[in-house]
Amino acid sequence: MTAAILETRALHKNYGALTVAQNINFTLEPGTFEALIGPNGAGKSTFVNLLTGLVPPTSGTVILDGADVTAEPIEARVKRGLVRTFQINTLFNSLTVAENVILALDEHRGQGWRPLPSPSRRRRIREEAYDILGRLGLEPWGNREVKELPYGRQRLVEIAIALALRPKVLLLDEPAAGIPSTETGTIIEVLENLASDLAVLIIEHDMDLVFRFAQRITVLVQGAVLARGTPDEIANNDEVKAVYLGEGIHA
Amino acid sequence: MARTERVKSMSATYNAASGTGVSTPSTWRGLAMGRSGSDLVIASLLVLAGLATLLFGEPYWLLGAQVAITMIFALSVDLLVGFAGIVTLGHAVFFGLGAYTVGIASVHLGWTEPLSGLLLAGASAGLLGLGTGVLVLRTKGLGQLMLTMAFASLVYEIANRAKPVTGGADGLQGVIVAPIFGLFDFDIFGLTAFLYTLAVLGIVVLFAVLMTRSPYGRSLVGIRENRVRMQAIGTNVQQRLLSIYVVSAALAGVAGALLAQTSQFVGLNALHFGLSGEVLIIVALGGAGRLWGALLGAVVFSLFKDRLSALDPAYWYFWLGLLLAVIVLFAPKGLIGLVDRLMAALHPKEAQ
Amino acid sequence: MLTAALTIIFHGLAFAMVLYIVSVGLGITMGLMNFANLAHGAFAAAGGYVVVVATKALGWPFWAALPAAFVVVALTGAVIERLVVRTLYGADELRQVLFSIALLFMAIAGFTLAFGPLQQQPEIPAALSGQIGAGGLEFPAYRSFVIVAGVLILGALWLLIGRTRMGMRIRAAVDNRNMAEAIGVDTKLLFTMTFALGTGIAGLGGGIGADVLSITPTYGQEYLVLFLIVVAVGGLGSIFGPFVAALCIGIVDVAGKYLIPEFGAFFIYGVVIAILLAKPAGLFGVRS
Repeated sequence: MTAAILETRALHKNYGALTVAQNINFTLEPGTFEALIGPNGAGKSTFVNLLTGLVPPTSGTVILDGADVTAEPIEARVKRGLVRTFQINTLFNSLTVAENVILALDEHRGQGWRPLPSPSRRRRIREEAYDILGRLGLEPWGNREVKELPYGRQRLVEIAIALALRPKVLLLDEPAAGIPSTETGTIIEVLENLASDLAVLIIEHDMDLVFRFAQRITVLVQGAVLARGTPDEIANNDEVKAVYLGEGIHA
Repeated sequence: MARTERVKSMSATYNAASGTGVSTPSTWRGLAMGRSGSDLVIASLLVLAGLATLLFGEPYWLLGAQVAITMIFALSVDLLVGFAGIVTLGHAVFFGLGAYTVGIASVHLGWTEPLSGLLLAGASAGLLGLGTGVLVLRTKGLGQLMLTMAFASLVYEIANRAKPVTGGADGLQGVIVAPIFGLFDFDIFGLTAFLYTLAVLGIVVLFAVLMTRSPYGRSLVGIRENRVRMQAIGTNVQQRLLSIYVVSAALAGVAGALLAQTSQFVGLNALHFGLSGEVLIIVALGGAGRLWGALLGAVVFSLFKDRLSALDPAYWYFWLGLLLAVIVLFAPKGLIGLVDRLMAALHPKEAQ
Repeated sequence: MLTAALTIIFHGLAFAMVLYIVSVGLGITMGLMNFANLAHGAFAAAGGYVVVVATKALGWPFWAALPAAFVVVALTGAVIERLVVRTLYGADELRQVLFSIALLFMAIAGFTLAFGPLQQQPEIPAALSGQIGAGGLEFPAYRSFVIVAGVLILGALWLLIGRTRMGMRIRAAVDNRNMAEAIGVDTKLLFTMTFALGTGIAGLGGGIGADVLSITPTYGQEYLVLFLIVVAVGGLGSIFGPFVAALCIGIVDVAGKYLIPEFGAFFIYGVVIAILLAKPAGLFGVRS
């Protein structure tokens, strides 16, 4: 077993009497594709927010690439390679698609403070942005403002921004949310072509998608880990079945 | 399906409205990416107007200097409000501090050299921006608006009370300014003042234009458009906003310093809430987030004010209010938005 | 010493009550509609002018002029809300601020044209114009009335917001507008009524407080910072918050000006900045 790139130790969060994350121990290895599932209100979003630093934990630690990042703000974790996408599109709507990606590229290179433009650099960064857009089939939309794009394509811009940040760990928060199931093809294609050394944690309701990609699945119920294992183990776990009764879990 | 249809029709209207092939549509508050033929048109008009005033408008040189100062001030606010999306109702505090810095340095310390005076004013205003910005940017919405106002009121009160230093309500009289480079004295016709302010304006505009096209400028627009995402791509949003707050404060300070130097007087008006409101109006009038909009707005506003307030201040307030209401309700993109539309109407064939 | 303290407290209270009566409506409308109305003070000034005109030109008794101020200003507020303010709910902050500044400026011009630039004083009934004695001290009767009026208005608002169906709807909509709409609250009507109520009380405050905050055309601009401070410190959407805030500010300001006049209004702004930094949502803010 390789060293974990992302790890939580006894990660706990409660608001007064309400516990939303209960001593979660979790590890993610480089190059693995893991899914986080659970019924509505199971604490999946809270867990992601604890990982990214949006919400501070009550106790416990988050370890990213060997460093304790529990006290670090969101942006510092991003710089270390922990990158997320959002369940609801969180984009720069009045900027063009290419500009959305360029912003991320600039910040990743630490160029965000650069107060003067440079034409040659600008050309290079555009090429890079279009390179990423090309991988997602967004090239023809590069010059369009994000808000003109159909929702499904905006979902892809979410991923494009994340990829521009060269993540080591990619948290995909329901990447297929809001897309009709007939149009998830592009998302699947994108997921298939992710770099092989990348660690991916996907939160998804679409069980087809989950069981198609995940090498390991963590089931979260009421803020606690109910089960963890290979897709086969999870699909045959009686406790999990009980939780998902009627929701149709299948491999 | 329905969604695709809608997008198609949206993009059709957008193409029709966008005017020249080069420019893309601008939303309220515009885009930072330096697109738009309107910018070029406005820039050319402003340069021509400046030249014409210089060559044929001797009686208007002093007014011209004031307009140029207002343009710098408006630009500083546009960077903050239009680009970074921080609304302030207290920016006169930086303008006034710049003016008082030059005035006090000259009257009490004998520091009369103008260019170093500008730098000193910019630095002191920037420093105040740093101190208050840290606090102001911790809050949002109404609280933020209130803090900008409260700080401005506080400094106004200090200036009002510190009579031995500031002259209080009488203002600071007899600000002496040495010749620029030791050569060009400030003459009574205002030629030196006009050229001097134009030169500073030129430098500031160049700086602002370059900055808004840089990765830094783009990151500000990113914060305005979506703060959460900006943080999620690794930006320390607070720091970035603080930096533009300081830059904007320093530029406002430079504008205030120019006013003190060219009018050889500093009054409490330079710190007043009314000025903070006026400059916000100028930015909205011209069109926020477009630089050239703010510059055009400053010119139109200053000339308008010069004509109307000469008649009766009450009329001036009425027309100002009416104009502002019309802009907010019917032309939220400001004058530059009207120029955009005009350009589109003039070049219908180039629209795809 | 004791006399000085009592004087400060008395005048501080009178000042505080005027601030409260004028500002409380602003806090409610800001909390409910999220509309930053910088023209609020102009409505108060309008109320002041109504009382001036009614008592002087029309010869009405003061007690009839006060309700008239409320009614006239509330109706004006309702009309303006229906015609324009409504279109700006949900618009970005900059547009709201600018539009309300536009209203303020037009009001200033209008008042100047109609009443001239000088201060106007309403006719005060004889019963309120003297001094009243209490415990060997003399207090101006009118200011005592102002203090009583402030407390009465707080009580009336408490009954209205806390005990009536309209108040319940307002509270529900401040808490969660979408939910209130979902259960069938007509928020459009509610907003108009609240705006009318808020501006009406401000008008009343302008009339009652003419002795403390003098009625001039620029009233709405001169005291704007104070009104906003009361609301920001007290917290949006609350009726008690602004009361406490007004008390603090009124007494601190009067004490500061009385004890250390050379510092002027310095203290107020210092206190405000401190409070806002410690509690950005204000002392009793329902929302920031």
